[in-house]
Amino acid sequence: MYNFEFVKPSSIAEAVKALAEEGAQPLSGGQTLIPTLKQRLNQPDMLVSLTGIAEMKGVKAEGGALVIGGATPHAVVAAEAAARYPALAALAGNIGDPAVRNRGTIGGSLANNDPSACYPSAALASGATIVTDRREIAADDYFQGMFATALEEGEIITAVRLPIPQKAAYVKFNQPASRFALTGVFVAKYADGVRVAITGASNDGVFRWTEAEEALSANFAPEALEGLSLSGDNMISDLHGTGAYRAHLCKVLAKRAVSAA
Amino acid sequence: MPKDGGIGASTKRREDVRFLTGKGRYTDDINIRGQAHAWFVRSDVAHGMLNKVDVAAAEAMPGVLKVFTAADFAGVGGIPCGWQVTDRFGKPMLEPKHPVLAEGKVRHVGDPIAVVVAETLEQARDAAEAVEVDITQLTPVLDMKAAIAADAPKVHEEIGSNLCYDWGFVEENKAAVDEAFKAAAHVTTLELVNNRLVANPMEPRVAVGDFDSAGGMHTLYTTSQNPHVIRLLMGAFVLGIPEHKLRVVAPDVGGGFGSKIYHYAEEAFVTFAAKTLNRPVKWTSTRSEAFISDAQGRDHVTKIELALDKDNNFTALRTETYANMGAYLSTFAPSIPTWLHGTLMAGNYRTPLIYVNVKAVFTNTVPVDAYRGAGRPEATFQLERLVDKAARELGVSPVELRRQNFIKPDQFPYQTPVAVVYDTGNYHATMDKLLEISDYAGFEARAAEAKARGKWRGFGVAHYIEACGIAPSNLVGQLGARAGLYESATVRVNATGSLSVFTGSHSHGQGHETSFAQVVAEMIGIDAGQIEIVHGDTSNTPMGMGTYGSRSLAVGGSAIVKATNKIINKAKKIAAHLLEASEADIELKDGKFSVAGTDKSVDWSGVTLAAYVPHNYPLESMEPGLEETAFYDPSNFTYPSGGYGCEVEVDPETGKVEIVAFSAADDFGNIVNPMIVEGQVQGGLAQGIGQALMENCVFDENGQLLSGSFMDYAMPRAEDVPFFKVDHSCVTPCTHNPLGVKGCGEAGAIGSPPAVINAVIDAFHRAGRTDITHIDMPVSPARVWSALNG
Repeated sequence: MYNFEFVKPSSIAEAVKALAEEGAQPLSGGQTLIPTLKQRLNQPDMLVSLTGIAEMKGVKAEGGALVIGGATPHAVVAAEAAARYPALAALAGNIGDPAVRNRGTIGGSLANNDPSACYPSAALASGATIVTDRREIAADDYFQGMFATALEEGEIITAVRLPIPQKAAYVKFNQPASRFALTGVFVAKYADGVRVAITGASNDGVFRWTEAEEALSANFAPEALEGLSLSGDNMISDLHGTGAYRAHLCKVLAKRAVSAA
Repeated sequence: MPKDGGIGASTKRREDVRFLTGKGRYTDDINIRGQAHAWFVRSDVAHGMLNKVDVAAAEAMPGVLKVFTAADFAGVGGIPCGWQVTDRFGKPMLEPKHPVLAEGKVRHVGDPIAVVVAETLEQARDAAEAVEVDITQLTPVLDMKAAIAADAPKVHEEIGSNLCYDWGFVEENKAAVDEAFKAAAHVTTLELVNNRLVANPMEPRVAVGDFDSAGGMHTLYTTSQNPHVIRLLMGAFVLGIPEHKLRVVAPDVGGGFGSKIYHYAEEAFVTFAAKTLNRPVKWTSTRSEAFISDAQGRDHVTKIELALDKDNNFTALRTETYANMGAYLSTFAPSIPTWLHGTLMAGNYRTPLIYVNVKAVFTNTVPVDAYRGAGRPEATFQLERLVDKAARELGVSPVELRRQNFIKPDQFPYQTPVAVVYDTGNYHATMDKLLEISDYAGFEARAAEAKARGKWRGFGVAHYIEACGIAPSNLVGQLGARAGLYESATVRVNATGSLSVFTGSHSHGQGHETSFAQVVAEMIGIDAGQIEIVHGDTSNTPMGMGTYGSRSLAVGGSAIVKATNKIINKAKKIAAHLLEASEADIELKDGKFSVAGTDKSVDWSGVTLAAYVPHNYPLESMEPGLEETAFYDPSNFTYPSGGYGCEVEVDPETGKVEIVAFSAADDFGNIVNPMIVEGQVQGGLAQGIGQALMENCVFDENGQLLSGSFMDYAMPRAEDVPFFKVDHSCVTPCTHNPLGVKGCGEAGAIGSPPAVINAVIDAFHRAGRTDITHIDMPVSPARVWSALNG
């Protein structure tokens, strides 16, 4: 790890100010950034910790939505979202291992937008709003490809607002080594329709399977997906599975998610 | 039995107290005043000309003491190979030089090029980035069959070929084997891959070199399974240090699985650098570095054929295997696909004619050597997959085809056609026990229940043999070993009756401190708490060959028995003197010497005290003191065997294979500590299941390691294995060692992979997919899905 300056502000305003410095990077739970630093693959001048900001922590209900502070660890979401949004809580409770869940945060995961991470599928399937220090971004506009998001330089996710669905489930098929999602499907049923978001599969990162959404909006049952299929052409192909395999898994897992919802 | 555990007691492991409370002392815990830190600059290409290594900028960096390159090792020997195989034409194998640091060429990703030694580790890493390395990339040699084509690029130009050896065994039988195939009523053929594995012990390798300039004494602290062997190899062949000036210490070691048997360049480096710089020098491998610098395992490609007569009796077996050596010959690499593999091809069967051909090939990959089981898992996997395939082709039960061809209980000792003689065994008994504990009879009902849930359930059997307790020195000498394979022990009885037992074996998870103490406690009849087992330091233990090949209890334990018997014999003489009786009348029971037929006795500590305070002692005929050393060289290998049964459920939609039950019925001969044996079996099973379902070391077309971290190299976790049913009640004691023990460390990893794959194939066939007759390991979900969907 190269040397860097470290600051731990206690308010969003201070954090934004610190991140305006040249070479400053935000540090949330550090579950991706710290291993990268240890391998000397990243050389920030300064890390701005977001975990000391009380206003960025916690899970609360607001109207029909759950608002989760950007620096809220997965373990807290798993515990505190369980009553109102059990599918989201289950997703959070199955990320990594206990050490990861007690450090990693929802904001960190969404800002990193790893193509195999779990949270992006929940945010996209829930039609979430990503709240930052300067604006609100709809999930449909937020995810812009592998590790790419609408966030600007120095912009911090302060909260995530997830409308609570009538029914939802996330089914994750583990990559055997990392236990990230080889493919994961989040299905959420709302009064105005069904949203289906898929992580782990596409070269473009998390995406919505719109044909499945239409079919399920008409008939929320696994059989509704029977005639549909996805192409593996633009899907991730690596030692753990081809694009065709991932495309196949999308459908299998989507059906299982509908059954589980 | 002594009150806290003699032979047969499931005594809790005494070493676990320190391991579980953070009191273990591992090599990385050793920090010597004034120590400097080493960081290796390694090749990031698989094959290339090393044009220039410019260290000037790096040497000018803060804290840097020196940057070493191959030029600094001009007067130093290469890393030696400990086994010379003779090929089928009577010629010795090709043996290229293995320099400590790369000379002129780099031959695999991870090949060490330079080493920075600095005041701190971070300074060493900073400076390592300033070492300028100029490499012209060459076409990497990766595929073994392509590698031995005449026009293939050469890993080592100076030896002229990538074919290390072409070995035939038994060469004289080849013609008769070929004839038997012509006469066969049925021939079953199978081509398979034994996937390359990374050992991944929990503790990565560490080496600390120290030099006492006043006394000229070198000390190496290292994560080794055999400190004496490292002292011999490094002292004699690499650095030219006589044994009395070189101490090698392997303190607590966090697992090895074979990967810590070998002498590595990093050990020679820190020892050399400590003298050069007159500073202690420490190197600690990162996990990433372990993936490209620890010797790896397996990596065989095999075609195997079985000939049967019209009554389904096995008449001949023929194999052709390509075995990957990697870029250099690791310490015991040549012996693994030959003497630890070819000699096991009879398995549990009466097959009268066997011919094994092995072509060992150099490639631009990390060197390959022994990994838990070493050669025997490869042999067992081929044979047990093949027998299963034959049974399916013939429409007979895989269990019955095995049973029909098993060596019968009354045929021991059994001379196999592949040199070895099995002393004892009862394969019918272990097979029966397996079927009992796995509820084989109830399988059909379980399969039907699974089918109702949409799962394909399959049952697979494998029956293994292994050769352990390695090995008679005169025999292995004839086979090309450059070392003996005896073991040693010194038993030092202290004045008040406690004992310190110094063993040449090394424990790195096996529980020797507990089970060896149980043996001595049983023999003398005292509390095991009075016995300390000391290992791992060449300065206080007698010369031993270390721990691997499930040999420690069978060979090292036998040496302890021999030395303890010498102690008991002398103690009886002292007791006879004290009791004024004839030595022949002295009996030792429960720690008390008594005169047969009388009530006269003296207890153990009374005798030991007399030995050290010899006021009333036969000084004219006997030396005082009570300390004995013994060396034990076995007269044969030991032959553990067993039946393994795996039950899987395949999810045909996702391809995921779940192991829902696994049973193991082993014959390990006599058992000293059943709990430790069960732990060894469970660990071995987890590793075998890891190989079968998950683990795979994969290089891309450029020789880059794709599975170079735990993000892509899939290690089995607790959730991936079932609760095992382990039984070792079938006992045919070894006939030639004093404890009647056979060894249990590797069995699980040897017998489980074919049981798993046989179960997967069984599930496929029961679901009507009889077109799939084999699937290569690891049987990942993606691979199953591809097999099912063309």
